[in-house]
Amino acid sequence: MDIIEKANEEAIRRMLGAEPVLIDVMPAGDIVPNLEDKMILHAGPPIEWDRMCGPMQGAIAGITVFEGWANDLDQAVTMAASGEIRFDANHHHDAVGPMTGMTTISQPMLVVENRTTGNKSYCAINEGLGKVMRFGGNDAEVLNRLAWIRDVLGPAMGKALRDMGGVELKPLIARGLSMGDEMHQRNVACSGLVLRAIAAAMAKTSDDSIALSEALAFISANDQFHLNIAMAMGKAIMDPVRNIEGSSIVTAMSRNGTDFGIRVSGTGDEWFTAPVEMPEGLYFVGYSEADANPDMGDSTIVETIGLGGFAMGASPAVAGFVGAGAASEAANYTHRMSEICASENPEWTIPSMDYLGVPTGIDVRLVVDSGIAPTINTGIAHREPGIGQVGAGVVRAPMACFEQAVRRLAEKLGIS
Amino acid sequence: MGYTLNKVFQGFYKDSVALMRLSRDLAAMDGVEEAGLMMGSPSNKQILMDAGLLADDGAAAEGGDLILAVRAKDATAAQIAADTIEPEIMSQTRAATGDSFWRPQTIRAAAKANPDANLALISVPGEFAAAEARKAINRGLHVMMFSDNVSIEDEINLKNQARERGVLMMGPDCGTAILDGVPLAFANKVTTGDIGIVGASGTGIQEVTTLISNNGGGISHAIGVGGRDLKDEIGGISTLMGIDRLDADPATNHIVLISKPPGKTVLPNIMKRIGQSAKPFTVCFIGASDLDLPANATVARTLKDAAQAALGGDAFAETEISETGSNNNGTEIRGLYSGGTLAAETQLILLDAGLEVVSNAAVPGAGQLSDDVDGHKIIDLGDDEYTQGRPHPMIDPEIRRQPLAEALADSSVGVVLIDIVIGYGAHPDPAGQLAEMLIAMPGKDDTIIIGSVTGTEQDPQVRSSQVKALQAAGIHVAGSNADAAIAALKVPGINS
Repeated sequence: MDIIEKANEEAIRRMLGAEPVLIDVMPAGDIVPNLEDKMILHAGPPIEWDRMCGPMQGAIAGITVFEGWANDLDQAVTMAASGEIRFDANHHHDAVGPMTGMTTISQPMLVVENRTTGNKSYCAINEGLGKVMRFGGNDAEVLNRLAWIRDVLGPAMGKALRDMGGVELKPLIARGLSMGDEMHQRNVACSGLVLRAIAAAMAKTSDDSIALSEALAFISANDQFHLNIAMAMGKAIMDPVRNIEGSSIVTAMSRNGTDFGIRVSGTGDEWFTAPVEMPEGLYFVGYSEADANPDMGDSTIVETIGLGGFAMGASPAVAGFVGAGAASEAANYTHRMSEICASENPEWTIPSMDYLGVPTGIDVRLVVDSGIAPTINTGIAHREPGIGQVGAGVVRAPMACFEQAVRRLAEKLGIS
Repeated sequence: MGYTLNKVFQGFYKDSVALMRLSRDLAAMDGVEEAGLMMGSPSNKQILMDAGLLADDGAAAEGGDLILAVRAKDATAAQIAADTIEPEIMSQTRAATGDSFWRPQTIRAAAKANPDANLALISVPGEFAAAEARKAINRGLHVMMFSDNVSIEDEINLKNQARERGVLMMGPDCGTAILDGVPLAFANKVTTGDIGIVGASGTGIQEVTTLISNNGGGISHAIGVGGRDLKDEIGGISTLMGIDRLDADPATNHIVLISKPPGKTVLPNIMKRIGQSAKPFTVCFIGASDLDLPANATVARTLKDAAQAALGGDAFAETEISETGSNNNGTEIRGLYSGGTLAAETQLILLDAGLEVVSNAAVPGAGQLSDDVDGHKIIDLGDDEYTQGRPHPMIDPEIRRQPLAEALADSSVGVVLIDIVIGYGAHPDPAGQLAEMLIAMPGKDDTIIIGSVTGTEQDPQVRSSQVKALQAAGIHVAGSNADAAIAALKVPGINS
């Protein structure tokens, strides 16, 4: 037991000691390790083509066309099914991606560096709401927007970030929490703070005022722009926590639309998976539960660092998506998550909860012992590819993942 | 396609989450096919159009206007739905539907939220109880374990761990304790005083503490240890620790022990420990005989004797009960008890009077209850055979209905003895419940019913109110359980 407590103390020390900074935007092919041509990184634990859900297959077809590996969607599907396209999990390449989480060589990637440990993590730029690739969208409108992000927005952001020396994310998150964001379902404040931080540098480094205006307008119009930054940050914070012998702290939670997977520090890079659950929530006009795809995306890295569902107390507006919807219940979500976490974050506090720090460091032992599963705030994708987001709500991480992890950790430590 | 109705609220803004909730409520109304509430931006109007929800009114709305759109089976249904949801849209406050009060769900979280707490009361199914107790002990908390069905091995381990950690392990199956004047689980609101109790029996502790309190004395602490503590396997670990605590407690001047007779190897250790103390002890090991006590200890045969001895030995005033024979000339006593130790005390009193006694929880000298044995039957209704899958009779007095009806219908039964145990945890009105039960029972006027109320005036049920309710139902009420049993012996035709 002592070895676990000591290992977890070290894990928490590394989590709280992280210094994540958004430093650059660069093409994935230049920076993402071991990412090759005709290779697609996806959200969640590894999964083969046959077991992928509709939106994931739709996104893969779209990105295959986008990269020019196929002429049309039909050909793309044939190539994907035949094994001509290789798949791997984002998490195996220092990367994360929301929903379907498509990462390929030409995509511009947000780069977050953890200055304490020097590791870097990557995430694509958020495409906005509606019909987008992360929800399986793959028509011309979707692909054109991706091309614009690749050719205009990404380079403009990269130039600005390099010029200004990056944006420190820890204080930005702290301010966002006090402004009502929980950084998963609600990123309104943080998106505004990011825009405020980089607008001047983007103007300074731009020689095309029309393109600049479009870039700024795109960021301004997207309430979830910051989500992908928060995700890259989460990955940059958690990667150095991996492989601490004996630690029962969760280093990643992730879903591919079929399986939910977690990784735990003391069990290395092994995934513990279980069938992913259906989110419970509210639907956009014209849609219902019947349209919903099971839970999907790497965005649960946000909960892994104590935000999202764990920071619900900071974001009463989001509590409206679930249950009775009483804002007064928001704090209870955070309290409940405290029961399964080893610590609290003294820098990321929730003013309305008497400056309680967000719950930090999910301990698989506490999850299994208490029967309290991590609560995840999530968007809901349409089950058919190409339609996009149809709602938002919360979903629970499947308990089976945590049970497997506890058993494996016990095996590793020689506890029967 | 049904009828589509749009209503525009000009210049009225509402947050999108609130609108999604309202949309859901609107869509669930009678006759509604599809519904949506959205601000009138071009993209939102497009969504409404795609969903077949946009009518001319809505199409004309501006970005700052709120559109209520509903498609229903006909115009009437659409109008009714819109009219029903409108007050919800305009209401300025939302009725609080949530319980905003957070209760910790784990010992860890509870201890973090209450750093000064020093005791965990554990009441979970037995198979989980030991694990929870271990966590509490590791945190340095005293444990009161209400749960039963915990293995003897777990009990031994937990008590050893608790001893090493210097905390009390009260239980498993510990139903009663009073610590620093705070009643825990099944316990009564008693006067604070200088008498400390260590007890393996819940109703035994309740009877002795309330008799002391009702007769001018007071309680410092009453420490429960669980029914098995004085068995040889456990070795009286918690009893000995409880004695240590009370011996060292300056507020305690007299110590009472209550238990079934201890195991053979445990007994000398208890006696030795008593002998090491400078304080006077009263020892009530229900059913034990020939105890070799140290000089500072007095033996008490019954719970009432124990209370009297703790208060200096003077006898309590006895209640007078009119000594008329039963109308049915029955010769038998039938005891129907919710308190196990009260049933044991009655058995002892009957045995001491030379009667033949049988019971489902027999004390030494009494026979086992079975259908073909005649005699005075003293039944513990809290025994497992009566409580499988239902609450204890102290919580649910209904358990007494069937055996009571049988006793009253049995012409050989001249006296029925009952107990009423009140206090925290017990039924809110057990006497009233019993009185109501009796109304429908034939034979109640032919049989004498004698009972007692274990409790105090300060208890939520108020002892005197319970006594009155019993008397109004024709039940004779004695001052203690022992007095009730003694009164039964005096009924003509019984003790023969």
